Amino acid sequence: MKPAPFTYSRPADWPAAVALLGGGARPMAGGQSIGPMLNLRMAQPEGVIDLRHLPDARGVTVSGGRCRIAAGTTHAAIEDGAVPGRLGAILAGVARRIAYRPVRNRGTVGGSLAHADPAADWVAVLPAFPGDAVAVGPAGERRIPLASFVTGLLSSALRPDELLRAIELPVLPEGTRWGHWKFCRKPGEFSKATACVLAVPGEAPRAVLAALDEPPMLIPDATALIAAPEEEASRIVAALPGLDPWRAALARTALRRAVRMAGEDA
Amino acid sequence: MSPDGVGQGGGQGVGASLLRKEDARFLHGRGRYVGDIRPAGLLEVAFLRSPVAHARLLGVGKPADAEARVFTMADLAGVGGIRAASALPGFRVSEQSVLASGKLRYVGEAIAACVASSRAAAEDLAAACSLDYEELPVVSDMLTARAPGAPLIHEHWPDNAFLETQRDEDLSDLDGIAAAKVTRQLRTARQCMVPMEGRGVLAEWDPRLEQLVVTSSTQQPHIIRSGLSEVLGLDEGSIRVIAPDLGGGFGYKGILLPEEIACAWLAMRLERPVRWIEDRLEHLTANANCREHHYVVTAWADRNGRLLGAEVDATVDSGAYSSYPFSACLEAAQIGSIFPGPYTLPRFRFRTVSACTNKPPILPYRGVARTGVCYALETTMDALARQLGISPARIREVNLVPPDAMPYRNLVGKVFDSGDYPEALRRAVAHFDLDRIAARQAAGECVGFGLAVFCEQGAHGTSVYHGWGIPFVPGYEQAMARFTPDGVLEIRTGLQNHGQGMETTFAQVAHEVLGVPAARVRVVHGDTALTPYSTGTWGSRAAVMGGGAVAEACRLLGERALAIGASLLQAEPGGVEISGGAVRRRDGGAEVTLEEVARTWYRRPQNLPRGVDPGGLEVTGGYRPDPDTGTHSYACHAVVARVDTETGEVVLEDYVIVEDAGQMLNPMIVDGQVLGGLAQGVGTALYEEMPFDASGQPLAGTLADYLVPGAAELPATRIDHMETPSPWTRFGQKGIGESGAIGPPAAIVNAVNDALHRFGAEVMDLPASPARVIEALEKARAR
Repeated sequence: MKPAPFTYSRPADWPAAVALLGGGARPMAGGQSIGPMLNLRMAQPEGVIDLRHLPDARGVTVSGGRCRIAAGTTHAAIEDGAVPGRLGAILAGVARRIAYRPVRNRGTVGGSLAHADPAADWVAVLPAFPGDAVAVGPAGERRIPLASFVTGLLSSALRPDELLRAIELPVLPEGTRWGHWKFCRKPGEFSKATACVLAVPGEAPRAVLAALDEPPMLIPDATALIAAPEEEASRIVAALPGLDPWRAALARTALRRAVRMAGEDA
Repeated sequence: MSPDGVGQGGGQGVGASLLRKEDARFLHGRGRYVGDIRPAGLLEVAFLRSPVAHARLLGVGKPADAEARVFTMADLAGVGGIRAASALPGFRVSEQSVLASGKLRYVGEAIAACVASSRAAAEDLAAACSLDYEELPVVSDMLTARAPGAPLIHEHWPDNAFLETQRDEDLSDLDGIAAAKVTRQLRTARQCMVPMEGRGVLAEWDPRLEQLVVTSSTQQPHIIRSGLSEVLGLDEGSIRVIAPDLGGGFGYKGILLPEEIACAWLAMRLERPVRWIEDRLEHLTANANCREHHYVVTAWADRNGRLLGAEVDATVDSGAYSSYPFSACLEAAQIGSIFPGPYTLPRFRFRTVSACTNKPPILPYRGVARTGVCYALETTMDALARQLGISPARIREVNLVPPDAMPYRNLVGKVFDSGDYPEALRRAVAHFDLDRIAARQAAGECVGFGLAVFCEQGAHGTSVYHGWGIPFVPGYEQAMARFTPDGVLEIRTGLQNHGQGMETTFAQVAHEVLGVPAARVRVVHGDTALTPYSTGTWGSRAAVMGGGAVAEACRLLGERALAIGASLLQAEPGGVEISGGAVRRRDGGAEVTLEEVARTWYRRPQNLPRGVDPGGLEVTGGYRPDPDTGTHSYACHAVVARVDTETGEVVLEDYVIVEDAGQMLNPMIVDGQVLGGLAQGVGTALYEEMPFDASGQPLAGTLADYLVPGAAELPATRIDHMETPSPWTRFGQKGIGESGAIGPPAAIVNAVNDALHRFGAEVMDLPASPARVIEALEKARAR
């Protein structure tokens, strides 16, 4: 379990990092996914670009009703309250349940999202928010809606010459209700079904069903689900192809319990 | 109680919960494992392993620039194959080539050893090799292994079975007289043992001593020496095996490894130290090697629940080869003799098969066959109880061997030494409010109560093993005891400490006999050059065998010290005794410490009496219990489990273990053994499973896929000790090392099935994973 040889680079600025992508190198943020993949030789890139030392690689800024979370912000920082307000409390609750603290100390929100494992926590949760992923490429930054960021198993809307720079989420008002449920038998296991429900006062509630080996499914208006979770969860899951009976049961349960938790969220 | 000397210890002897002497180094990260040892000039080995489960190996292409650093079986001239035969009639012998030659028989089988200055570079070499092979049809399942037309794994065999055993008895009349009859088909999953430290070996040639020095993470250094000698053609004197600290054994390190042999050969050939350290990927994908059983059980009972008879047809997936020394049939061939369990079963027939498949060779894992047998028997007992409408406690109570029948010889000849099995059951049940559980069930909660009662034969010796005819037979266990010139007591044992706390318990035994403070006793083990021969630590034998041997060695040493001490006290030898670490006059008054005795022997020999034993203060003592058919510890596990019927998740609400290890050497260590075993048993019951696909590929490659329960997944557990001494052992102690891992699958699944009963659902196969629970519920719903 030792990686195949690769060149290691630590670019000093973002344009330099983007330029390195052309040579077949892969970016590394916290290394919690690519590290094992390198060790298992499932990934054998020519080079690894260490993003951790770039300017503004991590940190959170709020302006104009938008919260910008730099891609290199660790799960642990979010768990510890790096994001302010109601949004921060919701994200801290998600972060707290990602694997173990040693993983959270290194793993980053951007690294996890860009890796695009459908079972990963941020991949499953972020589409619930009407926000954007901020990509940076040779031509500068562009925004990709979070709901369409993950496109398949380990594939995202990032172009080959782009890096994930940040995530932008709307600041949420007090009174926002949130429900998040995932099925893991033990910490560190990937979720077998995740659902979350976001109800912002005055807006249509949103829900996500995820971690079913497919990209997350956004339900942009979850009003019907919240009104009749039993029936709607069954209807939604019945329409998904290829789930074995257990995963289907988990998917239904995830939706129902996320709705219930959002209802109980004060 | 008969034990001589128990209680003399003053808080450090037999029965004291002395803190473990070895823990300071473990807790401070100062343990020294194979992976910590880096001699100058070290070369690392990575093995090129088979990517397929069954194929004809046509060739290995070595990288053009590295032909001298890649070794195949063609290079290992003169190295023999691994043969672990059994003398049981009908046993078919497999020969395992150290590196695959001619055929590949399981995914992960070592094909070539790639040597480099770092492990990463060695893995690069392995990745640069090419393989030419022709795939063959795969035997991926033990039940189809013997089907007509199944591809033959060993082509000179008539079919894919190492061994079949049976006991015939006509049970055809039981259908007519029994009030209840149940038949169940059950399966346990193939598991990995997952010790914290995997295997590892470092081999060096010592030109001064003309000796091959093999440092290995093994439970059996002396047996490994014999095995290496046989395969390499060296005499045993020119091999030294060192076992340093071990990060767990569990049976996984009771084997002569092909990797060990390859590294030993490479060290001699290259005249450099050579090391291989197993990584987790190798562990999971090349070494899922235990626990996979299949049972068809039928049992009959009268209306009171008395067993009238049982029939079992058991198959064990033994994998592709017979491992040295325990052989491929140790599990299956034991099933017949342990299936009657702790009960007075009157009639019995069985058939067992050790099936050969394209999977890693089976090794006996903590609990060995008993975990599967207990699962099959105890779930069957609950099924009978449900059919009869009596409680699980009741059906066990009427069938358990009663205390007044001890020692009890059962119908297959197992002899239980002592104990009160029904009392263990009663005590366990008394920990629970069964009415409250019934009320919760009536209120619609999916909650259940489960029991498992079993006994564990441990420390069985010559009389049991000689008939197996495997490469070793345990005989007398020996220990050496000696005083250093300053009076430190050194104990040397060929047993191996891999978590059992032997450095503490043997010091307690020595303290018990000689009164030397435990802190002044050093237990030396893990080196064939320093210790007497032993078959090692396995089969819950160390406390009984080592405890007896250490006590005997100390007794002999005490006699030598007594003679010197008497002379120093100007007393007759009959007028003095040893107590509290000193030789004392029986008439009171004068005493001379053992330290002073030691100082006299070594440094002031002018003060020794005439006629002193010139052998001095260094002795070897030997021990074997009589009879040596083994101790039987026993236990009742009782558990309350709640099932989430929407997710299939099982939550263990409460867990009680009542166990009897006879006289405990150290109750705290017994607790640790029981709890550690419980963790592994919970893994077998609910989590651990290495699935293989039809092409024989293992499907879980990381610990995110192969789930092992951690501390957070384990229930709060209460342990209640009974202490019925064994009449046959030195202090009355019994082997208890595996007990904790035996009961959980049966007890937990019984609780799950109690909870699922109102849905008409029943879980049969292990682990009782959420997917299997949901499947059982859906199957019941569809009926």
